[in-house]
Parts: sequence; C-alpha cells; structure tokens
Amino acid sequence: MSNTTQNEKYLVEVRDLQEHFPIKTGFFKKKLLKAVDGVNFAIKPGETLGLVGESGCGKTTVGRTLLHLYKPTGGQIFFDGNEVTEKNIYNYRKEMQMVFQDPYSSLDPRMTVEDIIGEPLDVHKLYSSKAERRDKILELMGLVGLNAEHATRYVHEFSGGQRQRIGIARALAVNPRFIVCDEPVSALDVSIQAQVINMFEELQEKLGVAYLFIAHDLLVVHHISDRIAVMYLGRIVETADADELNDNPIHPYTLSLLSAVPVPDPNTARTQQRIILEGDVPSPLSMPSGCAFRTRCRYATEQCAKECPSLTDRGNGHLVACWNK
Amino acid sequence: MADTNNNQKKPPLLQVIDLHTSFTTDKGEVQAVNGVSFTLEEGKTLGIVGESGSGKSVTAYSIMQILEQNGHITQGQILFQGEDITKYTVKQMNVFRGQKCAMIFQDPMTSLNPVYTVGNQIEEAILIHSDKSRAEAHAAALEMLELVGINDAERRIKQYPHELSGGMRQRVMIAMALASEPWILIADEPTTALDVTIQAQILELMQDLQKKLDMAIIIVTHDLGVIAQMADEIVVMYGGRICERGTADDIFYRPSHEYTKGLLRSIPNVNNMKERLIPISGTPINLLNMPKGCAFCPRCDNAMKICLEQVPPELKMPDGHFASCWMNVKDHNYVEEDTANE
Repeated sequence: MSNTTQNEKYLVEVRDLQEHFPIKTGFFKKKLLKAVDGVNFAIKPGETLGLVGESGCGKTTVGRTLLHLYKPTGGQIFFDGNEVTEKNIYNYRKEMQMVFQDPYSSLDPRMTVEDIIGEPLDVHKLYSSKAERRDKILELMGLVGLNAEHATRYVHEFSGGQRQRIGIARALAVNPRFIVCDEPVSALDVSIQAQVINMFEELQEKLGVAYLFIAHDLLVVHHISDRIAVMYLGRIVETADADELNDNPIHPYTLSLLSAVPVPDPNTARTQQRIILEGDVPSPLSMPSGCAFRTRCRYATEQCAKECPSLTDRGNGHLVACWNK
Repeated sequence: MADTNNNQKKPPLLQVIDLHTSFTTDKGEVQAVNGVSFTLEEGKTLGIVGESGSGKSVTAYSIMQILEQNGHITQGQILFQGEDITKYTVKQMNVFRGQKCAMIFQDPMTSLNPVYTVGNQIEEAILIHSDKSRAEAHAAALEMLELVGINDAERRIKQYPHELSGGMRQRVMIAMALASEPWILIADEPTTALDVTIQAQILELMQDLQKKLDMAIIIVTHDLGVIAQMADEIVVMYGGRICERGTADDIFYRPSHEYTKGLLRSIPNVNNMKERLIPISGTPINLLNMPKGCAFCPRCDNAMKICLEQVPPELKMPDGHFASCWMNVKDHNYVEEDTANE
C-alpha cells in the first residue's frame, strides 16, 4: 500500500488499527490483551466523530494510539494524506492534540494557569518575545471563557468546569486541526456539562478543528457529533451519521445500547421498550471466537462463532458489522 | 408546615420535616442540608436530584444517621411511621438500619469488604438482624443472590468482591441490603459507576424487587434520565435546600423553579439535538459562601432584588406541587393555602 491515502479529503484516517498489550498471567506466562483489534475510520476537516462504547471496549486506547501515546501494534494512521509514524510523529504533535477526562489529574498542581497554557508554546517555540507569549495565552484564555486575572492562579483554585477549560486552552495553544477529546464532560456536574459542550461546538465553528469525541453518554455524543462509531471489545460494530444511527440502529449491540439510555422524560421512560442485555462484557483476555458480541446477542448463529463479520455498507455510509442484521 | 393533612389516617412511611444537617469544619460550620421536608409513601419511589454539593447525599445519610464524625442533625424531625428516629437510642437505630431501612452506595467496590467472601458478608447481615443459624443464613444468602439475578449463585457465594464485575458487585450490595426485608431502600447514586447496559439491568432489578417485596425506594442521583425512569415523586435540591418537589410529571413537564427549568434546558434530549444547549451560567455553589437569599440567585438569569435578600417560601403551584422561587410570586403563579383549616 502506498504511503498516501487515495482519499485526500479526509483529515485523519485510521486503517486496521491494532493495539495489543502483553499481560502477565503467571510466572513466564503472557497473554495478549487485544484492546483495539482492527479499527477503521476517517474524519473530515471540521467534523466530529463520536466514539461510544462501554468501559473496557477500547475507545480510550483508540484515542491514545491515534496520537502515538501508545505505539500501535499494527495498522496505519494518516493525517492530511500522509502516514504518521513513530519517526515523524513530532511533526504532527502540533496538529493533533488531546483533552483528557479528568481535569483534576491532567493539570499540574504546581504550575500557574499561564504556565500550563504556555507550555505547549514553549515546546514548539511559537513566540518571539515574552510579550507575544503573554498575548497568546490571554487570547487563548479569552477563547475558552477564562478571565485574564485567572492567569496567575493555580489549578486548585478552579472548579471542574473551569479546569476543563484550562485543559482545552492548552490543547488549542498550538493551533491544532484535530483534537481527541477523551470523555471531556463526564467528570463535570450536569449544569456545567452544557457550558463545556457548547464551548466545544463554538470553538469548532470558529477554528474549524475536527474532533474525535470519546464518551459513554449517548445523548451528549449524539448532540455534538456529525457521525458516530459504536465500539464493542476492540472493534467498531456500527458507524453512521448521528441522526441515522439514533433513528435506525441496525447492529443488535447498538440497539440495546440505545434502548438502555435513560431518557430524561417520564412519558418516554414509561413506554420505552428496553432490550436488556444479559450478562457482562466478556473479559478481553478470553474473547469469544468470531463475533465478540455473540455471547450476549439474541440473534447469534453458528456463523457468528466461526467468523468475525466485517463492516459492510448498508447505504448512505451506514456501516454495520453483523451477519444476521 | 405542609404535609400535615393526614393526621387521622395512618402516618406516612417516612416523613422528613425541616431537616437541618451541618458539618463542623476548620473553615466554619457548613450547612449541608438546610430545611428539607418531604414525604415517602409505602411502595413508592422518591427521587432526590441535584448536583454535587446540593445536599442530596447528606439528606440520605441523615436518615440513616451514618454521617461523618463532624456532622450532626441540628434541627428537624425524621418520622418513620410516625416515630421520630432522630430521638432513637443507638440500639434502636441499629434495628432501624437494616431491618426498616437499608442503603446501597455508589461504589460497590469500596463498600464491600475485600477480605471476606460475598457469601460471608450477606450472611453477616442476615445473622445480625435475625435469630437464624449459620446454615439457615447461608441458605438465605443463596436465595438472595438468586433473587438479585446472579447466575451460578453456588459458585459466586464463595467468591471475593474482586472476582466479580461492577454490575455483579452492585447486585451483591442489593442482596445484602434486602437480606432483612427492609421497608425502605435508600440508593445513593447506585448506577453512577456502571456502564449504560449494566445500569439498565440494575435499575430494572430494583423496580422488579420493589414490586416483589413491596418496598419504598429513595433514589439519590444527579442523572435526570435515571430519575425520569425510576421516580414517582421527585425532590430537586440546590445548595442544601429544596427547590421544587412534586410528581415526576410536575417536575419534567411543568417545572416552576428557575433551577429546574435551567437544568432541563441544559441537557441534550431528543428535541434539541440540532440546537445549541442553553447552559446554566456560573459555577456550582460554595456552601461556605452562601448567598443571603435564594441559593440559586447568583446563577439565575431572572434573579430579582428580592432573590438576593430573602429565601423564597415554598409555595403550592396550581397543579399541586411545591416550588420555592420568587418568580412564582411575581407572576402570581401559586395557590394561596388555607392554613386555617389545618
């Protein structure tokens, strides 16, 4: 395969991404934990792809491997048509940034806000004078809705929502075109979540950044995303436009995931037909053969145990990996 | 106060009247719960909803009287079938906890003892609250595990908490809480640590068991979706006070407090997917620095002069639910109660 994508219109493209972690299961014994096992997706400039799934399905690992925070076991990552490898990742750090889930542990308590936001500017040498650095920091703080007077304060003086704003300002400092947002609102209070979600949407309109928005709250993901990918045990089982996925889910896992979401509306809740999944997610150390979902799927057949289905197009870019649906 | 109109009838299962709970800290007295009143009827589900620092969990802990060392109920009554449990002795309280009222917590890993098997822990709960023998308790524990939908209970009963998944641990917690068939189950954020599909299982299990055992549930959560699914009655809390209380339909379809309205506007739902969300501005409340008037007024877009000065009284809305917001006084959107008849 060539080192450039055929499809130049995508900003980020991931092909057959794999991330396997060796796990010690005993003295001299090792097993491979296939956290991500053959994931494909593509994100256009200025687009948001939502990535949803339960804990342990590998969605965070996808985000981190994408930025080479973990070395990918296999597969290819393309940015703007060029392959990103271990050797040239430093050229792309400025283009791809990350916002973390926990605004408490992802910011250094011994640094002032100014230093936190200024650090990426220092690393990439993006200013020529002290005054320029200061101006850039204040501009970034204004962009995420922080006051100039906050610049000299330490992180512990801020609430969760404000900390998340600092984290976002830090990610934006190098003017990236793509940000991986790893559960950026799940640690925040309900009344603060909307502020931060709106900020992500406004920043996208203003700056044209693309997001990979990883979250487990399906209503939030539906609200912010253009397209949504559903993951189950290291694989994407369904991808579609946000509305299409919510209106016409096809994969049995997506169906039950959507029906499990508690809707904040008593009438809907009373009439809702829930598809309650039996049992728990299997351990990724002892994955079922074939389709990973078959142990909890009510449509499972013999074929599901033999062979893992791949994503097939069901029209309008609605991709589903299922034999029976 | 309200809720005293059924004196002749059987008293309600649980009635909280003007509860005040405060914590003594280095920075001064923190009033975590500030005049909370509500009623729980038999077999019903009451939802307490609020964000962190709203006093929702402290209210639940006050009922069980399992507050931290520095916390105490300073005022108010908690009536269980007409008896004030705040006046109970330690011994009476030990009977109340477990037999009358049981509690499950957010994080099942930290609330289970890691060095005992789950069977051991459920048996302990049974042995304390009944005069069963060990063998009988073991049989009862097995039965409880099956009741909460744990497959292969014979094997699971011998396992330690770390060998179980999060959903399974929460089932064990529920089994333990229900072992002595309490009248009331208090669930403090029971599904917050769980995934959506597991959350759906646990919520369904709680509703099932409620029907089977005919118990009342108090569910404390920040998740409006969970509340909508579970609760008959809802109490909305902010800054230690009740903003609004009423049936689920009252709160969701006819909110009468600016905070509730703002909260419902700010969450994504089926109808606002294409629109920008309307957030509540400002930052969450600091209990050490409470405003003089309404706790929500620093964040309220419609705050008036009076909101800063005076705490709004609880008023009855035309549909019969209660809200504490000066906006209703301004718009004259309330029913004047005839206090003389009571």
